[in-house]
Amino acid sequence: MKIAAEIVALDVHYQYAGGNSLALENINLKIKPGEFVAIIGPNGSGKSTLAKLFNGLFAPTKGDILVDGLNTKNKDDIWEIRRKAGMVFQNPDNQIVATIVEEDVAFGPENLGIPSEQIRRRIKEALRIVELTDFADKAPHLLSGGQKQRVAIAGILAMKPDCIILDEPTAMLDPVGRKEVITTVKKLNQDEGKTIVLITHFMEEAVQADRVLVMEKGQVVMEGRPTEIFSQVEKLKKLGLDVPQVTELAFQLRTAEIPVRYDILTVEEMVDYLCQLI
Amino acid sequence: MREITIGQFIPGNSVIHRLDPRTKIIITFAYMILLFVLNNFYGYIFPVSFIALAILLSGISVRYILKGLKPLVFIITLTFLLNSFMIKGRVIYELGPFDITYEGLSQGAFMAIRLVLLIVGTSLLTLTTSPISLTDGIERLLSPFKKVGVPAHELAMMMTIALRFIPTLLEETDKIMKAQMARGADFESGNLINRAKNLVPLLVPLFISAFRRADDLAMAMEARCYRGGENRTRMKELKMTALDVSTYAIFMVFAVGAIISRFMW
Repeated sequence: MKIAAEIVALDVHYQYAGGNSLALENINLKIKPGEFVAIIGPNGSGKSTLAKLFNGLFAPTKGDILVDGLNTKNKDDIWEIRRKAGMVFQNPDNQIVATIVEEDVAFGPENLGIPSEQIRRRIKEALRIVELTDFADKAPHLLSGGQKQRVAIAGILAMKPDCIILDEPTAMLDPVGRKEVITTVKKLNQDEGKTIVLITHFMEEAVQADRVLVMEKGQVVMEGRPTEIFSQVEKLKKLGLDVPQVTELAFQLRTAEIPVRYDILTVEEMVDYLCQLI
Repeated sequence: MREITIGQFIPGNSVIHRLDPRTKIIITFAYMILLFVLNNFYGYIFPVSFIALAILLSGISVRYILKGLKPLVFIITLTFLLNSFMIKGRVIYELGPFDITYEGLSQGAFMAIRLVLLIVGTSLLTLTTSPISLTDGIERLLSPFKKVGVPAHELAMMMTIALRFIPTLLEETDKIMKAQMARGADFESGNLINRAKNLVPLLVPLFISAFRRADDLAMAMEARCYRGGENRTRMKELKMTALDVSTYAIFMVFAVGAIISRFMW
């Protein structure tokens, strides 16, 4: 497994043109190669802005973002940064360019100037990973939301990135589509060794990550392993965030003086635990 | 909307499908010019047999192609009637102030056949060529003109994106229409002016959403390293093969026949 890129943010501030307050303030963080990081936070907390800074779509007003040692402020490196840190957006319809699935997956590598033979190999590989091989010659508008989003992921994979940033990729999907996308994302992290930055407001998805960052008003306010973050139910609620259902249940049980362990985050674990308790 | 077959593509692997899109575009153009070169009925033997051969080889059913004529039946009939009535000559039948003349009928039929052949020819092009290879072909054909400032790549990219978003925007129109109807909007009654006015609550949200989509798409394209046509490669490279060469040769035979027919009869 090759070593994936690391992303470093050094004292990053960002202000939108014409905005009168900082969208991001004093962000310092480091995302290690191969890590799966989830970023959560209420609307307007700056999490999407941060993702766009990682990908070089925006340059920080103050401070630096380094992707695999390349500074996003450096215009010459910008395309290499975007290749290394691919980005998947929220609306699946608005990021598909071509009228046929394989043509769309080819869009990125074509932009990079990869020879035709190699592009075909990359498309095959990318569609295999997202399990859409049979859909190569279909029209994207005939696919389901989850499938479209996986086409978008394949389009990024074909550029052979080290890191994939997903900006609320499941926000517009139904539960089935959401599951498809999250399964794919986990697979990318575990089997393909890609660094994953997942921005989401579904807590059940954040639970899957190695590390969770909680943002509020342009700052990182909490950081830690999912078990550490989601055990602080009251603090999360104060930030206006939901907690995973299982965490909520554990919290309620604890208030009712049933001693539930703090590291339980999934339904299966909870079922196991409660059955043993009885 | 589903009735429109012009611009639709039927996937396949026939000889016609496999032709280089440039060949198909060039020959369709030449074929159209040819139709205007002809000056008598006998000449039609050549384009008719050429297009019949092409349809046969394409494996697309004649019925499907004729279905494409349906929305244009009105224009074809109008052409026929106008010509029949307007041209002076030997009178066959008098109809009030109009005379149906022998010359008129013949000219009308001549024009109608030309129209039908034009439509059949161009729809065969789009039926056998995927939108992407069509735009690819146009881009490549226009690329010599880049030097004089023709933005060949940009035009092709615009066409691709437009084609990509047609179904998306149709779906959206449908959605907005239903939402506005649920709020009491009326798109069906009233006179023309009223109906046009009633479209405003449909068009405004549609435009806003289209602009938002454009914004999103631009960002997604940039994130995927799109920086114009420079240094861009293509997955499908266009290649002229022996098949294309022989197609040009066959077409030439028909074209020469058609041109000669001008002087024969």
